[in-house]
Amino acid sequence: MTQAQSRLGLYLLMAPLMLWLLLLIIIPHIGMFLVSISVKTGVRQYVTGFGNYMVFFTEPLYWNTFARTAFMSIAATFLTLLIGFPVAYYIAKLTRGRTKTTLFLMCLIPFWVSELVRTFGWMILLRETGIFSSFLQYIGVHSGPVEFLYNDAAIMIGLVYTSMLFMVVPLVTTLDSLDDSLIEAGYDLGGNGISILREIIIPHAMPGIVSGCIVVFMLSLGNYLTPILLGGKDSLWFTGLIYSQFITRFNWELGSAFGFLLLGLSSTIVWVGLKLSRQSLTDTVGR
Amino acid sequence: MNKILSSGIALLAAGVLSTSAAQAETLRLLTWGGYAPENVVELFEKETGHTVEVTKSNNEEMVAKLRATNGGGFDLAQPSQDRIAGAQAEFDIYKPLDLSKIDASQFIPSMLEATKGNTMIDGEVYGVPHVWGTSGLVVNTAMAGQVKDYTDLCDPSVAGKVSYRLKRPTLIGFAFSMGLDPFAAYNDEAAYQDILDKVEAKLIDCKSNVKTYWGGGDEIKNLLRSGEVVAAMAWDTGGWSLNADNADITFVAPTSGALGWIDTFAMPKRGRADEAAYAWINFVMQPEIAAMITTAAGNFTASQGGDAGVDDALKARYQASFPQEAIDNIKWYPTVPANLETLEGAVLDRVNAAK
Amino acid sequence: MSQNKSATAYDLECQNINKDFDGFKAVDDVSFGVPAGTFFSILGPSGCGKTTLLRMIAGFQEPSSGDLLIKGKSMIGVQPNKRPVSMVFQHLALFPMMDIAANVGFGLRQRGVPREDIAKRVETVLERVGLPGVGSRQINQLSGGQKQRVAIARCMVLEPDVLLLDEPLGALDLKLREHMKIELKKLQSEFGTTFVYITHDQSEALVMSDQIAVMNHGKFEQVGTARELYHTPNTAFVAGFVGEANKYEATVDAAFGDAVTLVTPEGMELKGISPVSKLEKGDKAHVFVRPEAVRLATEADKFGGIENLNTGIVENILFNGANSHIILREEKSGGEMNVAIPQTGEFRDLNKGDKIFIGWEAEQTRCYRAEG
Repeated sequence: MTQAQSRLGLYLLMAPLMLWLLLLIIIPHIGMFLVSISVKTGVRQYVTGFGNYMVFFTEPLYWNTFARTAFMSIAATFLTLLIGFPVAYYIAKLTRGRTKTTLFLMCLIPFWVSELVRTFGWMILLRETGIFSSFLQYIGVHSGPVEFLYNDAAIMIGLVYTSMLFMVVPLVTTLDSLDDSLIEAGYDLGGNGISILREIIIPHAMPGIVSGCIVVFMLSLGNYLTPILLGGKDSLWFTGLIYSQFITRFNWELGSAFGFLLLGLSSTIVWVGLKLSRQSLTDTVGR
Repeated sequence: MNKILSSGIALLAAGVLSTSAAQAETLRLLTWGGYAPENVVELFEKETGHTVEVTKSNNEEMVAKLRATNGGGFDLAQPSQDRIAGAQAEFDIYKPLDLSKIDASQFIPSMLEATKGNTMIDGEVYGVPHVWGTSGLVVNTAMAGQVKDYTDLCDPSVAGKVSYRLKRPTLIGFAFSMGLDPFAAYNDEAAYQDILDKVEAKLIDCKSNVKTYWGGGDEIKNLLRSGEVVAAMAWDTGGWSLNADNADITFVAPTSGALGWIDTFAMPKRGRADEAAYAWINFVMQPEIAAMITTAAGNFTASQGGDAGVDDALKARYQASFPQEAIDNIKWYPTVPANLETLEGAVLDRVNAAK
Repeated sequence: MSQNKSATAYDLECQNINKDFDGFKAVDDVSFGVPAGTFFSILGPSGCGKTTLLRMIAGFQEPSSGDLLIKGKSMIGVQPNKRPVSMVFQHLALFPMMDIAANVGFGLRQRGVPREDIAKRVETVLERVGLPGVGSRQINQLSGGQKQRVAIARCMVLEPDVLLLDEPLGALDLKLREHMKIELKKLQSEFGTTFVYITHDQSEALVMSDQIAVMNHGKFEQVGTARELYHTPNTAFVAGFVGEANKYEATVDAAFGDAVTLVTPEGMELKGISPVSKLEKGDKAHVFVRPEAVRLATEADKFGGIENLNTGIVENILFNGANSHIILREEKSGGEMNVAIPQTGEFRDLNKGDKIFIGWEAEQTRCYRAEG
């Protein structure tokens, strides 16, 4: 009797999660998949098949755009890690108490405004009549206005800026859990900064590094606004392709197929990353 | 998100209201910014007792939204006239209009007839005209007075200071400017593809001249106002509103002809508040109400005598941009055949990807 | 010249070391030398500055003033990774991300020792600490005592001049701690390396050390062998901190040279000696009597001519096998006294409320001037 009751309780507890998974994740994905395998043959005429997927592989534009998006996202992830790691190390190991909280909050500040506003902020800084360009002219480094916007570097800046917090938080958490005496022991045994970083700090922080990288990679890959607004005419981002298939081309079938390809390929990249770093999903994201 | 939420709530509210009070309906209007200004909505609600909920959108989103709901969620939509027949054939999202419920005398007859013709399927009319305007060039005449036509945007003298959208009007405009007639080839896919190939080559060639492909109206206005862009392909209203701030910037009708569009009234298939929808159409086509909408949106309407009450400054700008021969030269969009946009999409993708 | 001589005799020598933290003197003018191959302990309560001192020797902190020599060479300004000392941390600080062989080989890798040599030397040192063949295991597969030995092996493989140990037994349970005391001492004599061991646990220090320094408020109170500290403490702090003692506050009634007679506020009269401070009538003094120095008797005349003789009522019996005590209430003054029960079995049947004679020698009653 009590066992049955407790089982009922368990089901009730799980119900919201299950409903959420079913209604908001599984069912829409099934729907999307069904749309993605219907190939249009004429007005209001569809047959089932994988023609939409084939379009992706046969049209180099789509394939190239995906490769470019993936490559840029990986680069953005590495850059974020490169900048985020010292920041996280400083916050976790070299500050305490109030300073720590303040620094942590400063990482959060960009998230008090929407992504659109954040991106516009960068546009104000980087545009030809913007602050950087005016400053360079004012100090006499450059005679004419300089355009920083509408190139890959601008996209990169925007992506790194948007992702920084999602890298710093898991890193601070894992670095916080690193006992200072391990670092001291490393020095005591004759290690130097580099060997201690390589043999002690990075292996310890690996779960944080990997989970941060996964989140940042996914965020960059799925970002829509930043590449479009900062990248200008050369932005060419895969999510932009999906958006235009859905909204401006009315081609839901191809858009859905692209959506699934993005899901599949990004999962593959994450899986490869996990294998290469010898981490498992439960160790990193599931902690 | 908010929009979805509010339209969802509207849906619920409408369901409740329509059963309890058949007389006063809630009109869920899917339209463009400026087409349903608050003062007009207030007057309408006072006069008819209906309530109006406005959702602002654009052509592509309107079709996408109605497709997602199978033509539900809204009672009246305002797509451009060229976006009705094709979308109807493909997605079946509109229902025919009951012309007996519309006061035809309030419309400029030529425009009403043209729109009826363009939105006719199997003898049924799906759209009547509301607001019309053109797209052409917005030019900073002090810095790029030499830009007279779309292809002038590719001139080395304005390199890096040019912007246009990566959308179908750009393809059409460039085609006309290159001496081709895309509208004539609308129903001949091979001929149209031929035109598109030429335009594609031109646009790829022109890409280095472009600062950025603009997306939203505010973006292009900002670029022109700051002087970062001196010539762009854009809507007439944008040029005129910039002209109010900076006399150098204005709308220029291209020598190959401005592209004329007409936004219509069309009824989504599963719309419910039909009475309110017809009431709204007849209400806003009254000349004095039409003038209020022109003031808000910046564009003129198909209302007979609606331009009489319009602000003189706007009229002056309109006349400066459109001498009689430019009006005669306006290329009105015919209805888009269903498959065309797939061809155009591929071209736009390739232009976007080109280095 | 004399300095050179002393420098060669000592593996580790501290000369007038000071450490200030924002006006707080953590280490106050400490000087000492540790002869090569000995086990040296620094014993003190928490907050006495012993950890700071150890961290200065390891190089994690620089002294505010004074000099620190290892094998005669000054270590001031030398980074911790360049000092010929190794440290066993309080929680051992074994690297959980490496297996045991990698842990032990860490220091050798930093020195650029060839890979095969590392493997050989790691295995040798693991054998010496009694853990042959565990190299490929993970840290969390070891017991507490084994971890201890790995931590020592990790340091010893580098053949340091001085091994520093920061209360490494603190985290172990009592049984294991007792065992590891002996183990550590054995390892030290096997390796022949100089050990500097800090602890707040007097029994650890007493059991293992050749020399013990008792530290309090940043200063060394006394340096000596375990016996010296126990039997002839130089200060009141050492007398109270090392070993157990009955402690009294008393006023000097009469003094002849070393010998003094004192009276507690309750009126108990004590005869004792004052080994370090010259006391005069009227001085306040701390008086210490060790529980095992007090003898028990059922009749007063069994003591002979003992200096301190009193009667007491048994108030409590703290039975702890060989280490049993009774708490007495001294009859005249009501003062409390802790007395060890002799192992002869003579007083096995002592009961609460029994009256008994107690006596102890003046020699065993050590008096120190009370400050202020």
